[in-house]
Parts: sequence; C-alpha cells; structure tokens
Amino acid sequence: MGLARRLYRGEIDVDFVGKWRLWYSLSGFLLVVSLAGLLINGLNLGVEFKGGTVFSFKAQTATIEQVREEFLAEGVHQPIVQTTGTDGGWRVTTETLQEGTLAQVQSAIAKDFNVPAGQISSQSIGASWGGEVSQKAWIGLGVFMLAIILYLSMAFEPKMALAAIVALVHDLVITAGIYAWSGFEVTPATLLGFLTILGYSLYDAVVVFDMIKEVTAKLGHTSKMTYSMAANNALNHTLIRSLNTSLVAILPVAAILFIGTTLLGAGVLKDLSLALFVGMIVGTYSSLCVATPLLVTLKEREPKYQAIAKRLASTGGGKGPKGSKSAAVAKG
Amino acid sequence: MARPTSRHSRPGRTLLVLLALIFALGGTMFLQKAFTPKLGLDLAGGTTMTLKPVTLNNAAPPEEILDRAVSIIRDRVNGTGVSDAEVAKSGSNIIISIPGVGQNEALKLVSTTAEMRFRQVLASAATQAPQDLATNAPSPTPSGSASPTATPKSGKSGKSSQVSTPKPSTSPTGKALSSALTAPTPAASAEAPSASTSAQPSATQGSQKQQKKGQDAKATPTAAPSAQPSTPPAQDQGINTQGIDPAVLAQFNKLDCTKKENRGQGVQDDPAKQYAACESDGSYKYVLDVAKVVGTDIDSASAGIPQSSVNWAVELNFKSKGADAWAKLTQEAYSAQPPRNQVAVVLDGVVITAPNIQGPIPGGKAQITGNFDQTSATQLADQLKYGALPLKFTRQSIDTVSSTLGQDQLQGGLIAGAIGLALVVVYSMLYYRGLGIVAVLSLAVATIITYTAVVVLGHNANFRLSLPHIIGLVVSIGITADSFIVYFERIRDEMKEGRRSLRAAIEVAWVRARRTILIADAVMFIAAIVLYFLAVGGVAGFAFAMGLTTLIDIVVVFLFTKPFIALLARLKFFAKGHPLSGLDSERMSEAHTSSRPTKPQEA
Repeated sequence: MGLARRLYRGEIDVDFVGKWRLWYSLSGFLLVVSLAGLLINGLNLGVEFKGGTVFSFKAQTATIEQVREEFLAEGVHQPIVQTTGTDGGWRVTTETLQEGTLAQVQSAIAKDFNVPAGQISSQSIGASWGGEVSQKAWIGLGVFMLAIILYLSMAFEPKMALAAIVALVHDLVITAGIYAWSGFEVTPATLLGFLTILGYSLYDAVVVFDMIKEVTAKLGHTSKMTYSMAANNALNHTLIRSLNTSLVAILPVAAILFIGTTLLGAGVLKDLSLALFVGMIVGTYSSLCVATPLLVTLKEREPKYQAIAKRLASTGGGKGPKGSKSAAVAKG
Repeated sequence: MARPTSRHSRPGRTLLVLLALIFALGGTMFLQKAFTPKLGLDLAGGTTMTLKPVTLNNAAPPEEILDRAVSIIRDRVNGTGVSDAEVAKSGSNIIISIPGVGQNEALKLVSTTAEMRFRQVLASAATQAPQDLATNAPSPTPSGSASPTATPKSGKSGKSSQVSTPKPSTSPTGKALSSALTAPTPAASAEAPSASTSAQPSATQGSQKQQKKGQDAKATPTAAPSAQPSTPPAQDQGINTQGIDPAVLAQFNKLDCTKKENRGQGVQDDPAKQYAACESDGSYKYVLDVAKVVGTDIDSASAGIPQSSVNWAVELNFKSKGADAWAKLTQEAYSAQPPRNQVAVVLDGVVITAPNIQGPIPGGKAQITGNFDQTSATQLADQLKYGALPLKFTRQSIDTVSSTLGQDQLQGGLIAGAIGLALVVVYSMLYYRGLGIVAVLSLAVATIITYTAVVVLGHNANFRLSLPHIIGLVVSIGITADSFIVYFERIRDEMKEGRRSLRAAIEVAWVRARRTILIADAVMFIAAIVLYFLAVGGVAGFAFAMGLTTLIDIVVVFLFTKPFIALLARLKFFAKGHPLSGLDSERMSEAHTSSRPTKPQEA
C-alpha cells in the first residue's frame, strides 16, 4: 500500500518516539547552526528597528513604481515609498545611507525627476520600534511563557508544559536562525510572523499532548505498553490531524510566499510569509519529534513508568523506551 | 465511554443562534452604513506630524529627555485605540504617523505637553477684558464683597471649580484677617508702589465665600474704590506680596491674559519656581507658588460624572508620596488667608481651575471639575494618565501620507491569499469528501463572522487592519480548520471501532474533541491577552486580531460545525457511509496490513 493511501486511511505507524536520538541530534544541529548564525551574522534589522534615512522631495509626475525603481537602482534595499500631501510630495524611508550613496541618490533623483537638488532633503530618522518597544516585547514574551507554563501545568501537567515550551523556543530559534543566515530583513511584520508561530507551535503541541494524556491515562501495573509506546501510539493517532492541520494552515501562506513574491518581488509580504512558512513547518516537526520525545524522556524517569518498562523488558513483551529501533508498537 | 447525547442535541436551534449572531453583526454594519474594514497605516496611509522641541536656548534637548517624550507620545497615541501608530525620532524632531487621513485633532492632542501641577495661589487679579467681566462678575449689584453670595463658586458664573467634594466649610476668616494686613516687602513696594497703599479690603471684610477672586476690583467695586482697572499697576492693589518673588510679581503685572497667546498650549512653567499664569479662559491671572504636587505624583486619572453631579469631572488618584504632599498642600491652603486658600491646577502653564480649599484632603484623591464635556474630560484624563511630556513642542507640519505598502502588494497578497484558500478548499474536498463540505462551509461562516466583526470593530473601536493583521487572519484559517479536523478525526476513530452508528459516534466524538479544542484555544487566547496588555503598538493590534479569531473559532465550531454535522448525519448519504461521504467503509475499515516503519515525510 502506498504511503498516500495509508495516510488517507489513517494507517500509519511511525516510531517517532523511538527515534529520539535522531530527532535530538537533528534539532541540536539545527539549533547550533541557528545560534551560530545569530551570533555571526546577526539579524538584518529593518529601518523600523535601526532607524535610517528619510528623503523628502516634490516630483509631480513620478509614480510610486518609478520612485521605488529609482532607489533600487541606486542600490538601496527595500525603500519605503510614500506620497505626502496632495501636491506631488514624496517621502522615502531607507536604511541608513553613507555620505557617498546619499549624494548619489540625491543627484539621481534630481536628474531623473527634474527636481532642483536643493529641494531634496534627507534626514536621519530614529527607530519607530526602538529599544523601549523591543524591551516591552521581551517582557511580554516572558510573561506569556510564564502564563502558558502555568496554564499547561494545570490543564495537563508540569512536564508537558516544560516540553511544550522547549519546543516553542526551539521553533523560534530555528526560524530566527534562518533569518540570520539568509539575511532576510526583519521588519515589524516579521516579528508578528514570529508571534503567530508562537501561538501555532503551542496549539499544535497542545492537541498532541491532549491525546497523549488520554492514551497514557490508561497505563497501569498490568498494562502491555510503556509510556513511550503509548505516547508514540497517541502521536500516530493524531498524525493525520497534525498533517492535515499543518497543510491547511501552510497552503495559504505558501501561496502568498510563492505566488506573491514571484508576482511582486521582495517586500513585506515575503518577510511575513517566509517567517510563517518556515515557522509552521518547524512547529509541526517539533511537536511530533521534539516535544513528544522530550516528554517521554521526562516521564520514563518516573518510577511508575520505569516499573512498567522493566516488567515488559523482562517478559520480552515490549521494547525499552530508548533506542528502540523497531516500530512494532501495539495499536490501541 | 461517554453516553451518546444525541437525544439532547438540537442542531436546528443552535444553527438559529448562529444565524441570529450573523444577522446582528450584519445589521450593525447596515445601520452604521459601514461595509468595509478600516485600514491601517501600511494599507491606507494616514496623517503625519513633525514636532520640533522648544528649548530655552534653542539647543538640542538631551537624548534621554527626547526618548522619554517619544515613549510618552507612543503610549498616548496607542492608548486611544487598537490601531497602530508610528512614532520616531528624526534628529531632535519627533515624527508621529497615525492611520487615517485628516487626523489632525488626534495628533495635536497626543503632542500636548499636559504636565499637571498643583500650585498654591499667592495672589490673583481679574483681567480687564470687558467680555470676561460680563460673564464672570457674580452679579451686577455692586455689593459683591459685603454680602456673601449664594455659592462658593462666586468668581465665575456657570463654571464650577472644586477640588474634591465640597465639605462643610468652617470659616478661616479669623486667620485671614490677622495676616492679610501684613506689610508688603520693600522689594515688592518698589516694584509696585501702589501695593502698600491698600490692604486688600475685599478679602478682609468679606465672608469666606467671597474669598475667591476677592480682590476682583470690578466685581467688588465697593471694596476697592481706588482701583483703576485699565492701568496695570492698579492690579497690585490689595495684593499681599509677602513671599512673592519680585520678578514673578513684575511678570504678573505685565501679564495680559486677554491675549490668547498668553494662555495657549505649552508655556513651560518650572515647578521649582513661582510662576505667573492666566486662567484658561483669560478671566483671571495669578501669582502661583512653587508646585508642591506635580504630574508624576499622579497615579491614575479617569473621567466620569461623579455621583450627585451632572457635570463631567476628572478624578485623580495620587501615588503614596503624592498623596502626602497633596494632604500637606491642602492643609496649608486651608489655613491660609484668601486668596492663598486657593490651589491652582496648572496644565501646560495655564490655570484650568483654582478652587478654594475648604478643608485638608487626605487619602490621595482629588476631583477636578470645570466646564468639561465628555470629550475634554476624557482627553485630560488620558493626558494625565499617560504622563507629561518633558518638553514643549511646536508643530512643524501636518501632512497626509500614502500607505507605506504599494497598492500592488496589497492586491498581490489578496490574490495569493485567495489562491491559497482555493487550495485549502480543494484539499478539504479531496480528503474529507462529503465532510469537506462541512469544512468549507465552516471556513465560509468563519470568514463572514470575521469580516463583519472587523468592520463593526473598525467603526466602533477604531480597529484598523494592517497587513500583518490580514496575514494573521489568514493563518487563523489553519487554526479554525484544526478545530474541525480534530473533530472529524475523532468521529472517524469512533466509527473505526465499528460499534456505533454515525449519529452516536458524532456525539461521543464531540465530547472528546470539544475538550481538545477548548484547551488549545485557551492557549491561543492567553497568548493574545498577554500580548495585548504587555506589548505596544502593532503587536497590541495583532494580539487583538488573534484573540478575536480564537473566539470566532469557538463560535464557529460550537454553533456551526457540530450542529451541521449532526444535521447531515440524518441524511442517508452520510449515515450509510456513501463512498463520497468521507465516512465510507473503506476508510473506516480496521485493516492493518502494514506495520512497517515508514519514514515521516512531513518533517
């Protein structure tokens, strides 16, 4: 039976938990690479965070496309072009430009739009998302994580809360790492994309954990499954859901990313949809391959589940929780 | 296993509730004639204003003071709604951009200095403007000083000015009499020779109720026969100049409150110095003591109509240190002679009210009444709440700006989003077949509710959609979809076990799916609430949209998806497991032909 058919019929048995070494090394590798990227390259912060240069001039006949082209031609990345007033005023915000480039841009505007050079003003502009805003955002993130840990500890249990948060941080770091290595500009829109990932990643983990909680609740002294088997079973149970959900969520984002950017080139749309696209894929991966194995690692240390694992190992009825290569997991 | 509860489920009724909700939202749209959402700065452009700081020596203000001003303006501008505004420094100027064209008034408001200072009145005088006198004299009868007038607000008809609620007053007249006759300081008399000639006749002989503006020469003609209102020095008559800085007194004498520019916005009064100021309507001028209580002592401010009143007022709560200072200030004023029993409330260098203190006010509360309406009271409360600007600014320019995002980007985004949605529809139909109809209709219902909610919120709470919001809403499709995918999979699980009819399976699966959906949505909602209250600017608006879609998700699943499936289950097509229903026997079969490990393809 082909994979597609098995997926369609919900007959899948993937040993996610047993392959924890693989996932941990993969995630570890990605995290190290991401952190290295953040340290070496850093994030390419946009004008909103770093400040930049604002040009103002009047050009009655120019169109937005022309003005944008003009700046791009001078080697300015992602200029923000706005008209001001009603009499052909323009306001273009760019990254901070060096003296040379600045003069070059000014003379190009003067020449191509027939504007007297003296009437092109350029000023440096500070960050509209300054340090204070970022600081508040970090505080917000911290409080958010605490609130989620509290909530999940109550709704589920502390170990699940911990696993979910670790997976969340994992997703954010890897997404940020991709930004660092690719050099894509981080704008406020990107930041909001990160926040969406944050909610999405947790949402996904919570649905999976809910099923794990349900399945493992039945485990007792006489059960034929270890915690890891039960958890893996639960994962496979929700696998179709995870895949379908992710697909449905990613399809529109992918459409915006691929169709939008091929039609329109770079821009805010790309910044936002790329963060979402990457984040969602990483988020789906992490709730299956990071959050759950981590939870199992934590839970298998509990005496109750150790006892089950020991008993099953001695009777040969089951595999040890770790290093199990086989996927012979009993179906509930 | 939970018992099937199909007997109790009434899908028809639930769907009617949903219909009512949609009609309520749609009806609001039609009543308000608002059919499109309001758009944010990036999509629709807005109004931008450049502020230039004014300093005494024209030097650039220190960086940290400018930063503080930026952060206060940001708080103010984003404190007024859930739309995203931008505030940035440009050199030493500040540029504010807020969404929407023609928001000039809103911009002016957020740039008002609004440092409130409480200063004891040392001296006061009416101004000579005829129109002011006409409206402010208590009565045309000349005996204002001799006979107590009916109200404590004697000075100004129609304008109540009280700090705190009036308390039964015990007259401090005795003290007032004894100290009002103190000789002026030599310096003061040199500055204003006529000051020593008359010892404040009106205040000393009048009742306590006439203390306010007791030396108003015009209003109390019998009391100050020598007053020549048209000549400035005459105003000193009757003023107790003790303790007044001569320079300030000179300023006071020169101050012409009939001129509007003298009582405009943004005169910087140094809280550590005495100060001469005008009443905001120009009717009086004052010499004011150093500010004993200042804006930073204010803990919170709110506008409202106090009980036993019909006028708007601003209620203040002081921080603990401010509360002590306030109690001390009112105690001092209370035991002083007129006019020093008044405490002036000074905002942006202008006296907005200068009520008599009729008793010490402990407890750190104050109430400012004046000729406020709802708008002005709320504005004042907001300005106080979000702090005072440490600098005075002049407005350089107010301009309309276009969207920062090209129209092409918006269009491209919408087209791409529509294609993406179409893909979702195709996928749902292929995968879930018959149930796919439920999925697609659920998405459609969610879209309708979201659209109407965004329009209604835009017009009532100034919620403006920016591009990130729109993308956020598109992503929330995934979350909405997840709710019914969780439910569908649960139904299929129940059916696979093969012990139930579809109708029973739907109910059992619902009990389990409901819990999962609620827990997962709670996570999203917590995220939204925390981000909304802690973050700033764009993030707050985004969090708002996120919380909104989470609520809508719950509404759609509970009021549409579940009852709609329950209705469909009554159809033979679904109940008998037609191959196209998505609940066919092949799909539900218990065949386990493969237990081979398969490589996960999704990671």
